[in-house]
Amino acid sequence: MAERSGREPLSRGFWSDTLSRLRRDPTTMAAIVVLGMLVGLALAADVLAQHLFRTSFSALDLPRSFDKPSLEEPRMWFGLDALGRSEVVRMLYGGRVSLFVGTFGSLVALTIGLAVGMTAGYFGGWWDDVAVWAITTIESIPLIYFLIMIGLYFRLDALSLTVFIGAIAWLGAANLARGQTISLREREYVTAARTIGASPWGIILRHIFPNVLPLMIVVLMLAVGGTILAESAISFLGFGIQPPQPSWGNMLSGATQYYFKGPHLILFPGAAITLTVLCVFLIGDGLRDALDPRLRGSESIARR
Amino acid sequence: MGRFIVRRLLQAIPTVLGILVITFVLTRLSPSDPIALMYANQPEVSPEQLASIRETYGLNDPLPLQFVRWVGRVLTLDFGESFFYHRPVIELLAERIPNSLQLSLAGLLVAVLIGLPLGVLAALHRGRFPDHVIRVVSVSLNAVPDFFLGLLIILFFAINLRWLPAGSMNVVGEQCTFCWDRGWHLIGPVLLAATAGIAALPRFMRAEMIEILSQDYMRTARSKGLRERVVVARHAFRNALIPIVTLFGGVLTILVSGSVIIEVVFNWPGLGRLVFDAANAKDYPIVQAAVLFASLLLVLSYILRDLAYAWVDPRIKLGR
Repeated sequence: MAERSGREPLSRGFWSDTLSRLRRDPTTMAAIVVLGMLVGLALAADVLAQHLFRTSFSALDLPRSFDKPSLEEPRMWFGLDALGRSEVVRMLYGGRVSLFVGTFGSLVALTIGLAVGMTAGYFGGWWDDVAVWAITTIESIPLIYFLIMIGLYFRLDALSLTVFIGAIAWLGAANLARGQTISLREREYVTAARTIGASPWGIILRHIFPNVLPLMIVVLMLAVGGTILAESAISFLGFGIQPPQPSWGNMLSGATQYYFKGPHLILFPGAAITLTVLCVFLIGDGLRDALDPRLRGSESIARR
Repeated sequence: MGRFIVRRLLQAIPTVLGILVITFVLTRLSPSDPIALMYANQPEVSPEQLASIRETYGLNDPLPLQFVRWVGRVLTLDFGESFFYHRPVIELLAERIPNSLQLSLAGLLVAVLIGLPLGVLAALHRGRFPDHVIRVVSVSLNAVPDFFLGLLIILFFAINLRWLPAGSMNVVGEQCTFCWDRGWHLIGPVLLAATAGIAALPRFMRAEMIEILSQDYMRTARSKGLRERVVVARHAFRNALIPIVTLFGGVLTILVSGSVIIEVVFNWPGLGRLVFDAANAKDYPIVQAAVLFASLLLVLSYILRDLAYAWVDPRIKLGR
């Protein structure tokens, strides 16, 4: 990435180049707009529930449970659930959980992954052995089994689930950061910095980190999508976010009993997860292309 | 090759040890007391009796000692007795594994039969309509949660159209493993099991095909006057398959992890469903044994993947 500035004399710098390439990509821009709207709706859940829908996520209306979606009043837009609670309001609050766990869970994962990956790659030795061992061990435990085990032994809420997912999901970022660091370590400018007496930590922070960062932003977007899927899956199984706190995943658990009465209770939360994750993945794809056009559409298996 | 296999197997030992430590420590960190749970339905057992039971099970000994003793039992396949079924855990697992295997292998087969041709199609029509459609489908399938997809399959094909059953392995009263009835019940779950592969395989296959189609020997084959179909099928497709073989370690991961969701949604009495029911009943020994089993299966699949790499590309044997 460092070589490019020489070839493009009109370059306005790496990040503004990226931004202008991104602006010319309609799919990614559309995904950003849609995701922005979803985040806005989740953040505004309190205001909307109070002033537009005039109900809370836990207000029951038992006689009207399973009512189909209708336009008669705002709280009925997505219908009512098994206990007569407004589905649309519950989805606003559920979105908060999904987006919170997705964003912060993957940020935790990325931080751990970067710290472990860069230091393991730079210092090598026993620390690298330990890091590689930890990565191969944790990646050998299927994520869903890991989460079931944790959910069984501990009572999870949004915060603890975020920490647990982050503590498991750092492997991908660590692997990539480690690989990048190993190849950067031997570059001339790093050797030069070492020669003039720069400390290892200074080199990692000032020379390695800025070069690993662009790829990590792409990894972050993929991780957000993966984390949202993991949270919804474990909550769907009933070992994640616990009712009455709504999450898109736990709104779908028990759905198997409502196929006939409430198909809308399956369709709306499921579509919300799909739309969110799709946007995040599309943004990740677009960012990868914008950050480095040479990577466009590349999908390598063995050549790593 | 023999030395490579031995070395790879030795490398797996620390990993297996790590898995054992994590499973053990998580169980012991848990705030709930297994002995209290075992006798939860028997109030006549006094606290003093519980304490003496705890002593006989060795739960008051130092943790490292408990760990060594536990590993010793695991090595002899003794995972204890289920709290709920009151039968050895290993028996319960063994009963369910064939059901999961049937589902997973059928899913893998369907994924390959659909995914690989789609990848070839995308590569041959690179940058044109079929390529775009396949890309969009694959990105979308990645974003759909598998439980939602399963619920949709049931909602449309079982509830609305009434083409498929809504779950379980056989109609009531029927007990057969290879018959039309089982096949009919397999369609839904197999479709779901195959989705991850159908989403991932075309992308890899496309990349491999594009790489190979630009090789010199493709031009040679064409200039020899071979028909395009022969060039693609015999020269490109078969060579592209080689690196794909190495992907199956990863595919096995998806099959192992996905089985819980698939079996829960379709009420399929396999290993995943057993774990789900056991976790709901707080039947710790089953969950612990199943997590160990699934993890060891993954370690094995990673070993097989690396052996496949080495078999395909002999340079790997010498490296590192």
